[in-house]
Amino acid sequence: MATKFINITLKIWRQQNSQSKGSLETYTLNKVSTDSSFLEMLDQLNEQLISDQKSPVAFDHDCREGICGMCSLYINGRAHGPATGTTTCQLHMRKFKDGETIYVEPWRSKAFPIVKDLVVDRSAFDRIQQAGGFISINTSGKTMDANAIPVPKQNADKAFEAAACIGCGACVAACKNSSAMLFVGAKVSQYALLPQGKVEAQERALNMVRQMDEEGFGNCTNTGACEVECPKGISIENIARMNREFLLAASKSNK
Amino acid sequence: MSIKTILNSSIVKKVWMALTGLFLCTFLVGHLAGNMQLVLKTGEEGRRAFNEYAYFMAHNPFIKVLSYVTYFSIIFHAFQGFYLTYQNKKARPQGYAYSKPAANSSLPSRYMAILGTLVLVFIVTHMANFWWKAKIKEDIPLHAYTVSIPGPMGQMQKQEFYYTHNLQLIPKNDEITVKNKTDLYMKSVNIKVAEGYVDLHTVVMDFFSPKQNEQAMFYVLLYVFSMCALAFHLWHGFASGFQSLGLNHRRYTPLIHSAGKLFAVIVPGMFALITILIYLK
Amino acid sequence: MSKLDAQIPEGPLAEKWTNHKNQMKLVAPNNRPKIDVIVVGTGLAGASAAASLGEMGYNVKAFCFQDSPRRAHSIAAQGGINAAKNYQNDGDSIYRLFYDTIKGGDYRSREANVYRLAEVSGNIIDQCVAQGVPFAREYGGLLDNRSFGGTQVQRTFYAAGQTGQQLLLGAYSALSRQIGLGRVSMHSRHEMMDLVVIDGKARGIIARNLVSGEIERHSAHAVVIASGGYGNVYFLSTNAMGSNVSAGWKIHKRGAYFANPCFVQIHPTCIPVHGTNQSKLTLMSESLRNSGRIWVPSKKEDAAAIREGQLKPTQIPEEDRDYFLERRYPAFGNLVPRDVASRAAKERCDAGHGIEANDTNEGVYLDFSSEIRSKGKQAAYAKGDHHPSEETILALGKKWIEEKYGNLFAMYEKITDENPYEMPMKIYPAVHYTMGGVWVDYNLQSTIPGCFVSGEANFSDHGANRLGASALMQGLADGYFVLPYTLSNYLAEEIRTGKISTDAPEFEAAEREVKDRIQLFLSINGTRSVDSFHKKLGLIMWNKVGMGRNEAGLKAAIDEIGLLREEFYRDVRVPGEAHEYNPELDKALRVADLLELGQLMAVDALNRNESCGGHFREEYQDKEGETLRNDERFKMVAAWEYRGPDSNKSVLHEEKLDYEFIKIAARNYK
Repeated sequence: MATKFINITLKIWRQQNSQSKGSLETYTLNKVSTDSSFLEMLDQLNEQLISDQKSPVAFDHDCREGICGMCSLYINGRAHGPATGTTTCQLHMRKFKDGETIYVEPWRSKAFPIVKDLVVDRSAFDRIQQAGGFISINTSGKTMDANAIPVPKQNADKAFEAAACIGCGACVAACKNSSAMLFVGAKVSQYALLPQGKVEAQERALNMVRQMDEEGFGNCTNTGACEVECPKGISIENIARMNREFLLAASKSNK
Repeated sequence: MSIKTILNSSIVKKVWMALTGLFLCTFLVGHLAGNMQLVLKTGEEGRRAFNEYAYFMAHNPFIKVLSYVTYFSIIFHAFQGFYLTYQNKKARPQGYAYSKPAANSSLPSRYMAILGTLVLVFIVTHMANFWWKAKIKEDIPLHAYTVSIPGPMGQMQKQEFYYTHNLQLIPKNDEITVKNKTDLYMKSVNIKVAEGYVDLHTVVMDFFSPKQNEQAMFYVLLYVFSMCALAFHLWHGFASGFQSLGLNHRRYTPLIHSAGKLFAVIVPGMFALITILIYLK
Repeated sequence: MSKLDAQIPEGPLAEKWTNHKNQMKLVAPNNRPKIDVIVVGTGLAGASAAASLGEMGYNVKAFCFQDSPRRAHSIAAQGGINAAKNYQNDGDSIYRLFYDTIKGGDYRSREANVYRLAEVSGNIIDQCVAQGVPFAREYGGLLDNRSFGGTQVQRTFYAAGQTGQQLLLGAYSALSRQIGLGRVSMHSRHEMMDLVVIDGKARGIIARNLVSGEIERHSAHAVVIASGGYGNVYFLSTNAMGSNVSAGWKIHKRGAYFANPCFVQIHPTCIPVHGTNQSKLTLMSESLRNSGRIWVPSKKEDAAAIREGQLKPTQIPEEDRDYFLERRYPAFGNLVPRDVASRAAKERCDAGHGIEANDTNEGVYLDFSSEIRSKGKQAAYAKGDHHPSEETILALGKKWIEEKYGNLFAMYEKITDENPYEMPMKIYPAVHYTMGGVWVDYNLQSTIPGCFVSGEANFSDHGANRLGASALMQGLADGYFVLPYTLSNYLAEEIRTGKISTDAPEFEAAEREVKDRIQLFLSINGTRSVDSFHKKLGLIMWNKVGMGRNEAGLKAAIDEIGLLREEFYRDVRVPGEAHEYNPELDKALRVADLLELGQLMAVDALNRNESCGGHFREEYQDKEGETLRNDERFKMVAAWEYRGPDSNKSVLHEEKLDYEFIKIAARNYK
């Protein structure tokens, strides 16, 4: 399609560091190519800010092809912006109109404290993973042949769908309760669906949920917002599966 | 993981919400079945049916247990709900300047706490209106039954009887007195001779009748409004309960969602309709 | 020269690794917690190494610049991972995988390393499955395979188009387990700023906390660099924005040799450049070449009309299309190795047949219409419809394509806003992977004792061109199955060393240098952003050290990069301060290293007077435009020793490559 250029107004959250108070600042940016991605538009803004001797906007990004999960941004009231199934790095400026005002805010959650401007600290996800998001085997490669245990294709496919999570935190950002249940549910499900992970599925659910609660995420009220905003389309049936695993484990727990 | 941690976990809290919520759904069905007596049958027959139902609800030991479970469920569901909402608010100390939640979730699902509060306020009002009267206040008449019988002179004359739960008719006269709201005593010997029905039917009918109650219009509107709140609460809550319990299946979940929406429309709708019908009567 | 001993074990090829393992020294379990190991980078190579070493009981400190170890760029690998499992019973074996890799690398890699890689490849799959990696499976519940460029067997294991993601998350889960157990301490949002060498041995690193700007000293008995490749020297590449060469370059400056820097892989199927603000090129998986046919208009005027928007590709009749890969390489057709396909596309665009309406007209078509028609027809027949209508054929064909490549087609449409089911995809080669890297011996140890390098950051396994689905294999092989042995062998000498103090004068000096360097950048206060320099460097690299290289261009590049570097230190503007989260400062520090590396790449390319794999010197081609190797002179690894920022002064050391077990031949895909 033919490239067009648009002029936009940006309202961007600026915050010096985790301690300081932030505010929305207004910027105008002209001649933005509609072929640019949203992050390339921010690059352009930063280029302008640097040449104006102003401080550039800090935002997280890395792979810019929708898989690393580093980019975030709450754009015009939605996690990763107006397009569904899309990370911010794959959101293109053709989705916006000439003259439009665009709000850009960081993920908002107590468990994701702001580092600077639009950058938040998502290490809570890492700690949840460390609490049980693994299969407890050593790394010798000598466990057993990869084809020793057949896995029904249907389960393998479902496990893969759950494993597609990129850990971006859009689920938490979009949830009105800042709940991390979709993230945790996806991880618990991936392993629970595979025979290799089934062995410690329940202990895993207990440990990951405990850590999730400790991190200060809110509770799930099944609004389903996470599922809609997840750039990888992960289903809330994974949350239900986690609930089952957790309840089974809780009922058997003898500690 | 200790039992205490498990019980305090977000998932178990949600499970309790689901269990109490879904239990209250069954309560609604029972309640509605009773209320239907107000409109399905008319006249004395209707009065009897409703009062019999009320008596059954108040005296059956099994129902008695259920009623305590219901009280518990309401209180627990409400307070747990408030606590969860408090926690959820705390999880996002600073909100978004601009948010478009309508793009990703239904309105009722986002306002469960407010809808629930409305329902709770309604329950309190409703119990003050009826439950309080029936249980605590003394001035509800016993269900009286007027028959015309031929007098000694051949002319028909009306006589009143107390109508009792074992289908006796006790003449309403100076010999009989009422104690403990429903116990009929023979004055002279102070012996309990029967147990009558409290006339809740009249209480209800009068309550919503513009002829008997100047505020009937207000109450009908309040009840209809509250049923709308309940409907929205159930619109999300019914299916949500299943999800919290881990009951999600690619084939059955869409059915549960449809069933939940039907339930949310029909049950509160019927409750509301009954008040309107009484008002119009 | 004496330093370049590859330490290849004696004995027959198939027994080298086993014998070596049997002879290497061990560290007893009770001694391991007394030994510290630093791992820089948490991609497949780094995370697997950190997890394995933590598992063994060493005290591991892992570092990554991303906010989480799970985000390393291994995550973006799409197609798959090779392993010589021969589950498909189509004649695969360890030897075949070894042979294909050596041949694919155009005979510029080390036999012993590659054989070891093939040997442990099967264990990688076992390990990943045990870890819960959800590989694609067949209906019988067993693992599925597909085939990739440059091979004649099906040995590629995959998880849809997200194999790298799934493998990395597997390694990340193993790493997370060790972090949870307290055996690995993780330092995210940290960047390695320098290597500390004491008495000739790697003894620690200086790291910068990217959030607070704090400069930290970390000591260790050994340092593993697993920081990935340097494709970002071209600015536009399929690498992540943060991918950089700095960790590798710092150790290079401290004495590690940098090998074959000019060996860069240009991947043929990426979405073409669209504008000057573009930051990134997106790969379209090699698997698409199974179904797509690559062409340009035979007539230049048609190409021009397409660029001007007057003609659509679908209006070009069959006889006016040049399917140039099928024409030049009938045997392998569209599935020739990456370097061959890329060069052919460039040749057509240089000749004026490019179809993309950008500054350089660089773009060719990847057309699925033939496949849509043939699969559509098959599907109709399978349904019993032997006279399918045109619409039925197209509908069924598109459905087949969607099932197979749906996610890639959706991604293409998202980026380009064009529907690839209706219009052929526009593609063009883009920088993807770097075969060159820090020189290491068979034990993956660099020329600095105690400093090991694994994964894409080293040079060892892919020669002059890497085959598809082999990078993931190498990263995991190094981390899970090689380093745990070879590092222990080194550390066995360290059990009496005790804790290494970070108060040593070497730490002091290194920290001061780092701080001075940061102050230098903050005080230049010039007029141009870091990115503007990076883009300029990228253009020089792409035009003169890209797919086609010649003496004049390379010489010009060396001079231009030198001048650009001077300009950079004179006129760059780095806003903000040292003690805060300052991404512009991070970038400046990285680009400074790229500005030295880029020049070395040109120097290396100029030195290598032959064409091989991804390195194409226009002076060295045959009549048909194919690469001409000079085995006599250049069957060697060019390892460069650092002698200051001006790479003209770098000193070349050569490691001769001996092919004991394979007969060297010209690569032929015709």
